[in-house]
Order: sequence, then structure tokens, then C-alpha cells
Amino acid sequence: MGGISPRAALAADLYGNVQKVPGRDGFGHGLVELGAKDKNVVVLCADLTESTRTNWFRDKYPDRFIEVGIAEQNMMSIAAGLSIEGKIPYLSTYAVFCPGRVWDQLRVSVCYDKRHVILSGAHAGISVGPDGATHQALEDMAITRCLPNLTVIAPCDWLEAKKATIAAHTHAGPIYLRFGREKVPVVTTDKTPFKIGRAEIFRDGDDVCVIACGSLVYEALIAAKELEKDGIDVMVINNHSIKPIDAKTISEAAKKTGCVVTAEEHQVTGGLGGAVAEVLAENCPVPMKRVGMPDKFGESGTPDELMAKYGLTSAGIIAAVKETVKRKK
Amino acid sequence: MFKKITDVKELRLMANTVRQDLIRMLCEAKSGHSGGTIGLADVFTVLYFNALNHDPKNPELPERDRFILSNGHVVPVRYAVMAETGYFPREELMTLRKLGTRLQGHPHAADLPGMETSSGSLGQGLSIACGIAWAAKYDKKNFRVYCSIGDGEAQEGQIWEAAMFAAQYKLDNVTCFLDRNFLQIDGKTEEVMALDPLKARWESFGWHVIEADGHDVAAIIKAFDDAKKVKGKPTIILFRTTMGKCISYMEDCAGWHGRVPNKEEEAKALAELEAQRKEI
Repeated sequence: MGGISPRAALAADLYGNVQKVPGRDGFGHGLVELGAKDKNVVVLCADLTESTRTNWFRDKYPDRFIEVGIAEQNMMSIAAGLSIEGKIPYLSTYAVFCPGRVWDQLRVSVCYDKRHVILSGAHAGISVGPDGATHQALEDMAITRCLPNLTVIAPCDWLEAKKATIAAHTHAGPIYLRFGREKVPVVTTDKTPFKIGRAEIFRDGDDVCVIACGSLVYEALIAAKELEKDGIDVMVINNHSIKPIDAKTISEAAKKTGCVVTAEEHQVTGGLGGAVAEVLAENCPVPMKRVGMPDKFGESGTPDELMAKYGLTSAGIIAAVKETVKRKK
Repeated sequence: MFKKITDVKELRLMANTVRQDLIRMLCEAKSGHSGGTIGLADVFTVLYFNALNHDPKNPELPERDRFILSNGHVVPVRYAVMAETGYFPREELMTLRKLGTRLQGHPHAADLPGMETSSGSLGQGLSIACGIAWAAKYDKKNFRVYCSIGDGEAQEGQIWEAAMFAAQYKLDNVTCFLDRNFLQIDGKTEEVMALDPLKARWESFGWHVIEADGHDVAAIIKAFDDAKKVKGKPTIILFRTTMGKCISYMEDCAGWHGRVPNKEEEAKALAELEAQRKEI
């Protein structure tokens, strides 16, 4: 049996009373830190300052905070202009609006000219809950992953979100950071490695590899522990870097375990599952199952109810693992 | 810094040269937008030879004025004035739209020093100009930010988002200019989607509005100069132009928005322009 990878340095009480914090808090804290370090950091928001935690930056550095009103397309192109003049703009709104609403501005004003613009999508995933389908971004990774020059990151908890926010400051070119609304378990610690473009093995195992991102990383770790009882040894990979994707780590994991399950709070088409399927089909075809939204819009409900209904839980991952392991030759 | 031309006759001669460049480029490229580019020859000649502070030999000069071309489809006229002011050799104009060229069908900034931004999807440039202008104010820099938009382009909602932003943040370092030729691909702007009362609309958004004849070189110079003097609010110049101006068969004809002359039409246009040159 494998176990939690020592290199991952995960939270000590992972399977006990684990702390819960919203991912977006990491963005807010990261911005405040960056604001002190670099006067060129500028933050833009489209009337969602508190929700996106950019109010923390605004209160400390009001002269470098730009409120654009409810005009997300304008915000994206303004950010491109700021970056031309050496500013490092972080823009914030809900993921359904950015990248959802502003895809053309992202494509032409930002990606085509390789502007160093950091766009954040808050309230990504179905766990937004009662606001319903219009506010649940489940397609954002698909529509960003296909854009040349753009990096796409989906952190697994607030601490990783903070690391990603800070890493984006010195990362060349445009980058999209995806955050959830709800409090999620803090899986990582300060010592957990984080590098853009590198997937991290959080738990080693021989029988199946679960590749997850965002809130589903914790669910995958829970599933791995449960599956020990059935004698299934699960490798868990935290794949925060949707693009560039770590094809090497993913292919090696598939080769070692012989089958793969992906898990994400996103449509099964075009997101993490799609990206992993592309890597495996070209490098190491193995039986695979994608856990995610099955090509459907969401609905109102509590976050827990919705995650359970659509199988975006440890239980959903366990079922997928059992089915996939059976398909191994 | 580029030495400005102030003599009106000299500028008119240059605008004639630019029109001849355009006819040759578009005919060689075999595709592109003739009417709008030729209609803007006078405005762009004055912009590059008189209004802008810039240095063609040093396109990244920090104190240069920024010029954002939002209506990217008229880029041939920018290429022509860039070549004529010395950004790159005139011969390169004949590579327009060809494989491997720096002169892409719609501008790609990374290819060509001095191009500032890529564009082609309408409506985005004024927002970019606002971002630059905000940064310039923040950093207490004195350069101006120019932005060219089309009249049909003002049907894009993002233009008005940017208009609100520029007024809210008092970006008086912005000079936007709009090519008011009353035509777009599907016909007359006022029939496709009416823009008038355009002056009142911009004024109501908090802008200072200047109206000028976009083919009268002296009036164009004055409009750009007057815009620099406005404090506390952004300025837009509504240049009244005629699509395809100076080419008899092209003037005021929406059909020439997206097509180029054939060999016979090229010869006719060049002959007309040569005849006009003698009258300047």
C-alpha cells in the first residue's frame, strides 16, 4: 500500500479535524502581500470587490485599485493597456464573467499580444450553490485552455491559491487563476511544493491514479483512504496546472497504475478530464473515467446537495475508481 | 523625435502619396479594406507627420505619444504613414497580407515595432487606451494617448463602457478620433443601426467633442491641437470623411468597404491621383 507522499508535506490532520477556508481568500491575501512588495501591482474589479476579496487590497492601496463598474469586457482590455505601461494588473470578477463573458477581449487584447495580465475567476464550480446555473462556471477551463500563450491554474485550497497568486506576479504572459466560493479543506501546507506546470503526487499508489484539481483534490484523498478497505491502492495527483499540463508526471502515473480517473468541478468536456485524456491518448492509453459535470447546466441547491447530486464527492470518485479498475487488462 | 511638417501644402502632397501607396498595396495584396483606409489618408498623414510626438527610429521611446488603432481593418493606412515616416522601408508595403509578412491583414503588434497593439475585433482599442492613460496619469507621464475608431465600431457596447471609464477617471490625456463616413459593411450606418445624434451622445457621456472635416488638412491639424488643450475630460474628434475619398469610383460607396481594385481600376485610381497632385 502506498500512502501520503512525504514530499507533498500535506496538512497533519488531513483525515481529522481539517481547517476549512475559501479558495478566494488566498487570492485576497496574495494580493495584499504583492501590493507591499511591488508598486506596479494594480488590481481591477467589476463591482464584486468583497466577493473576490479584492477589498483587502483596495483598503491598503486605494490608489492602485481600479473600480470599473459592471463592465467586464472593458476591464479586460484596460488591463492590457496597463500592462503595456509596465503595470502588473490583477483583475477579478466571477468566473462566469471572466473568462466567460470576456473571451474575445482575452483572446485579442491580452493573449495575442502576450500581455502580463492576471485574470481571476471567482465562484468557479457548482459549489456556488443557491445562485443557480448562471453563476456556476463549469466551462471556464475549457475556454481558456484552448487559447495560445495563456496559462491556466486551478488551485486546490486557499494556501495554494495564494501561492498561485504570488507565482503569477513573475510568470511571463497572461495567466488565469480559478477559485471557488465555498470553504474547502486546507490540504496543503507552506511546505507543499507549488510550481506552475508541475503536477504533484500527493499520495502514492499502484492500482489506479486519480488526477484532480480544485476542491476535488481533498475528495480524492478521502476516496483513496476509503478504498484502502477494498484493497485498492490509489495514487492521487493534484493537477493544479491545467495548462501547461504536466504530461510527464501524468503519463508515468498512468504507466505505473494502469488506469486513470479524473475529478473536477467542471464539465467533463474540455477541462482537466479532457486535457488528461489528450495526454494519455497520445502517450499512454489506459482505461479512464472522468468525474465532473456530465454535459449539463447546474441548478440551485446547497453546495453539499449539488456536489452529492452530481457525484462530485469522494463517493463519486470511489464509484468511478471501482468501475475503471475492473477495465484494466 | 520626428521633425513635424507644418506646411499644409506639403502635408496634402504627402496625403496624395499615401493614397497612391494604398492603391498599390491593396491591389498587390488582392484583398483588404479600400474605402475606409483611403478615406482616412488625410487624417493619418496629419497624425503621423504633424500631431504625434514620436521617433520612427526609436519606436519604444518612453516619452512617445501612444497611438492605439482600434479599427484594425484600416491598418494599411497606418502601414503607409509608418513607412513614409521611416519606421520601415517603403518596399515592404508590397508584402501586405502575404505569408510571412510583418504587415498582417489586421495588425499584429509583436511583428512590427511601433504598432503598439494588435486589433481587428472591433471595440477593444479605446479600453486599452484608457488603461495606458490611467497608467500615464498614475506615473505622472506627459505623453498623450491617441485612439482611432470607426463610426460603425461605435455600435459596439464596449466603446461606451470605455467612454464612461475615461470620463469617470478624467482621462484628459486621451484623444480619440472617429471616422465618420456614415458607411459600414451592410450599408448606411443610420439605416443599419443609427449612431446620431453622435455628438450629443459623446457629450452626454462626459466627453469634449470636436467636429472637423477629415479631408481639410488645416482643420485636422487644428482639431488635434485643440484636443491637447482640453483639461479635466477626455476628447473625441468626429472627423467627417468620405469613404474612398479622391478615387471617383470609390467615393461614398459601401461596396468598397471590403474589396480592392483590380489592375484596370488601379491604373484609373493612380491616374486620378496624379492629376490631383498637380492641382495641390
